Amino acid sequence: MMAICTGCSLLCEDIEVDFNEGKISTTKNLCRKGLGRYRSMYTERAIPRIDGREAGLDDAISRAAGLLKEAKRPLLFGWSNSTLEAQSAGLDLAQKLGAVIDDTSSFCQGELLEMVLKGELPSCTLDDVRNYADMIFYWGSDPSNSHPRHMSRFSYYPRGEKRQRGYDEDRRAYAIDVRLSPTASMMKEGFFKVAPGGDASFMESMLAALGGKIPRLQDKKKVIAMVNAMKRAEFGAIFPGLGLAYSMKGRMDILKRLVDGLNETSKFSVIPMVGHFNMRGFNQMLFEKTGFINRVSFADGVEHGPEESIIDASKSCDAALVIGSDPISALPGGLARSLAKIPTIVIDPHRTLTSELAQVTIPSALSGMEAGGSALRMDGVRIEFEPIVPENDLLPDLEILKRIAEAV
Amino acid sequence: MLSVMEIYQLTPKTNCKKCGLPTCMAFAVALLGKEKKVNDCPPLMEEAKYQAKREKLMEAMAPIEGASETGLIIHEDKCYGCGNCVVACPVNVANDPKGSALGFGPTNDKAILIVEDGIVKCLNVEECRRFGPNKILCNACTATCPSKAIEFV
Repeated sequence: MMAICTGCSLLCEDIEVDFNEGKISTTKNLCRKGLGRYRSMYTERAIPRIDGREAGLDDAISRAAGLLKEAKRPLLFGWSNSTLEAQSAGLDLAQKLGAVIDDTSSFCQGELLEMVLKGELPSCTLDDVRNYADMIFYWGSDPSNSHPRHMSRFSYYPRGEKRQRGYDEDRRAYAIDVRLSPTASMMKEGFFKVAPGGDASFMESMLAALGGKIPRLQDKKKVIAMVNAMKRAEFGAIFPGLGLAYSMKGRMDILKRLVDGLNETSKFSVIPMVGHFNMRGFNQMLFEKTGFINRVSFADGVEHGPEESIIDASKSCDAALVIGSDPISALPGGLARSLAKIPTIVIDPHRTLTSELAQVTIPSALSGMEAGGSALRMDGVRIEFEPIVPENDLLPDLEILKRIAEAV
Repeated sequence: MLSVMEIYQLTPKTNCKKCGLPTCMAFAVALLGKEKKVNDCPPLMEEAKYQAKREKLMEAMAPIEGASETGLIIHEDKCYGCGNCVVACPVNVANDPKGSALGFGPTNDKAILIVEDGIVKCLNVEECRRFGPNKILCNACTATCPSKAIEFV
């Protein structure tokens, strides 16, 4: 049967899955990352627990509702691995509770995504990239590892409407990274190695070349040749990854200047390499509702700021609901200590470090496999999916959140 | 990848012709082309002084034994199923203009390369440009592999 993969934000739609005695036997077109997501259906599943002891699902849900009701300033965190429907229910719950809501984008691609959503950076869909792009930039990103099918499905290798000869002659790709990543090794002459944190100065170099000056960094002739080719490009796409997001935190205006400069003569778009399958969905939904993409507090109207991010909010909040995320293993130890001090509720299909430390664990169905819904791909295209294992006794995120909201 | 010279260094280098070929170099070429096997060389198999060479040659030839008729070797542990080779393969593109050519998985059963269970798999070898005596030395699949999981003998 055909299925959708929710392993990363490419949401591949051409997956074929065969079952044998109720279990997945073979899969086609699924990359190893996606296969891991599918196989995780059978390993390390979470069980309903209260205070470390196994409990009934209904008890766990009512205890979770009780904890959130008692809390004066609850924090709702996660959301990047939930469907749009669940995220919408989560927003309603946050408004009802007057809670702080944040997702993984506050320490991920948030800054770039905010610029894209606000229209400061031009963007396009991945299908446009496949059909028209003749210049592709992977900046601080390594899709071979993070989004294995990115290059083969959308950017470099496929044939498109206006790019019938694909990567052979019609497309040029460049990688700018701190190391020769597997992706960069495919670009041959189009690889620029920058020092860690040196992306901004390299971008300044490109801006200088764009303005007709001699760039200060790197191989001057190579940079000038690249920038001249960029000026003549018909359709360019830049895929900034976490490397760029961290290296240029707070200085993204340089990227904007570069893209604006390039767009005087050609057409360049930016698509941030979002990691989790529906992070963009949450950001876009919150942006449409409040004008901010993350770090929002509903305690007193709508407040936004760095103090509402999970890192700071976990110190000031008195309860936390973590859904589809594992902040304790992903974030520094200080955060783990402050999260461990407050009552935590985890809604997750799997056992995680956070669920092990949580007061209440509620197991949920895996989106895309055991539960249907819809999500936004990294370029904002809405993809709907049906469950491939509809007969299961697990509740989807949406159902759990609805029941919590009813009980609160 | 193993070269002819490396294989030649592991043969007896006596040009005894017992394998049916005129020289040990010709035998090395035949080994690499999968036309001969290590045990087709009687001195190497029988004489004790070649024991070390025989073991080394057997070890070196092990991955080549698993290669397809076109000489494609797939290192399953290195492949992560990105599908670059599936989409870049000119035969896949020509046979499946609405599937592989557009970046999707193959939509018919003529594909040479497919991704199954997260690992690339070689089917329909006879369609490959490297198949048969009049082969073209195409390397679209190996050149586009970011993890060097596939290579030709």
